[in-house]
Amino acid sequence: MSAKVVTITSGKGGVGKTTATANLGVALAGLGHRVVCIDADIGLRNLDVVMGLENRIVYDLVDVVEGRCRLRQAMIKDKRLPELYLVPAAQTRDKTAVSPSDMIRLADEIRPEFDFILIDSPAGIERGFRNAIAPADVVLIVTNPEVSSVRDADRIIGLIEADEKGPGKLVINRVKPEMVQRGEMLSADDVIDILAIELIGIVPEDESVLVASNRGTPTVMDGGSLAGRAFNDIARRLLGEQVPLTLPEASLSWLQRFMRALFGSPNGRGG
Amino acid sequence: MGGLLDKLFGKGSEQSAQIAKDRLQLVLVHDRTNLSEERLAQLKDELVELISRYVEIDAQKVDVFVENDRRASLLVANIPLVPNHRVHR
Ligand SMILES: Nc1ncnc2c1ncn2[C@@H]1O[C@H](COP(=O)(O)OP(=O)(O)O)[C@@H](O)[C@H]1O
Ligand SMILES: [Mg+2]
Repeated sequence: MSAKVVTITSGKGGVGKTTATANLGVALAGLGHRVVCIDADIGLRNLDVVMGLENRIVYDLVDVVEGRCRLRQAMIKDKRLPELYLVPAAQTRDKTAVSPSDMIRLADEIRPEFDFILIDSPAGIERGFRNAIAPADVVLIVTNPEVSSVRDADRIIGLIEADEKGPGKLVINRVKPEMVQRGEMLSADDVIDILAIELIGIVPEDESVLVASNRGTPTVMDGGSLAGRAFNDIARRLLGEQVPLTLPEASLSWLQRFMRALFGSPNGRGG
Repeated sequence: MGGLLDKLFGKGSEQSAQIAKDRLQLVLVHDRTNLSEERLAQLKDELVELISRYVEIDAQKVDVFVENDRRASLLVANIPLVPNHRVHR
């Protein structure tokens, strides 16, 4: 067995890459898989706080690359789950401290012992992004249903295809069903029409994501939240399960549910 | 579906999602192909000039645009020919 390397990237910053990485890591580990999350956003370390492991950092990714420790020593074990680890990014260095071939070498070193290696990519299309996708078997592109982030996603998809990593799979994050329904937000169908790649998940806007990041317990851990369920579904699709691509329904108002029951969904799977 | 539903779901007013989709589709043509509106217009003029050397065309009705097929971009040109019987020789 050899781990599947999944890189989570986006082009635009702030769309939910780190949130997705943390939650997919927890979800996959919760489903019994051995998972390592690598924070490749060097200089802007974040995955540690979102996962709630910031107080346990001794070594980081650059320490490994520069030979100050072994990869195993830099892996922080998340004690809440059987097999979930984090390799934190360096905070005081920049992206040039790591090269794409370093990332391939490190991933190959731990592939035999794990099921998934999740890499949290920095924003942008430069070195940090190149590092993050170099060892990828699968690339997830996170976007929000909004013009500039979809545009940047398109650019990234083109670069990934050029790198023969493509076409990648799309995660649409921060969807507000009631806005989609009013025609004031791009639906998942609209975004897929435009980007023409496979959709692997739709995640609703959900306050529980912020509460979870306040606490350092990714929202998948609390089970019931809408975003948590959406991330859990993505994890199952990564495992090859057929999970219907619908948005969790609970955030619709009674009127919307009533209208939908009468007339069907006006916005397809995005609604 | 009827006007009442359209009102209920805000379809009566201008919907920003549709505007966003249209704008994205336009901007991505340029991002993907590096072909701006100006360059496309220039290409069209040269195309008309070139083709007119071989066959009579209706220059006013020539339409040149970029279309997407999945993630591939197609340059499409509709060039109406003037029917032979109308050509004065
Ligand atoms: N589905 C969501 N619902 C609500 N807030 C979200 C959601 N996804 C992400 N966020 C918030 O958006 C911000 C940016 O997310 P983050 O994962 O750090 O993005 P990135 O890593 O792409 O820069 C964070 O404050 C996060 O809590
Ligand atoms: Mg991030």
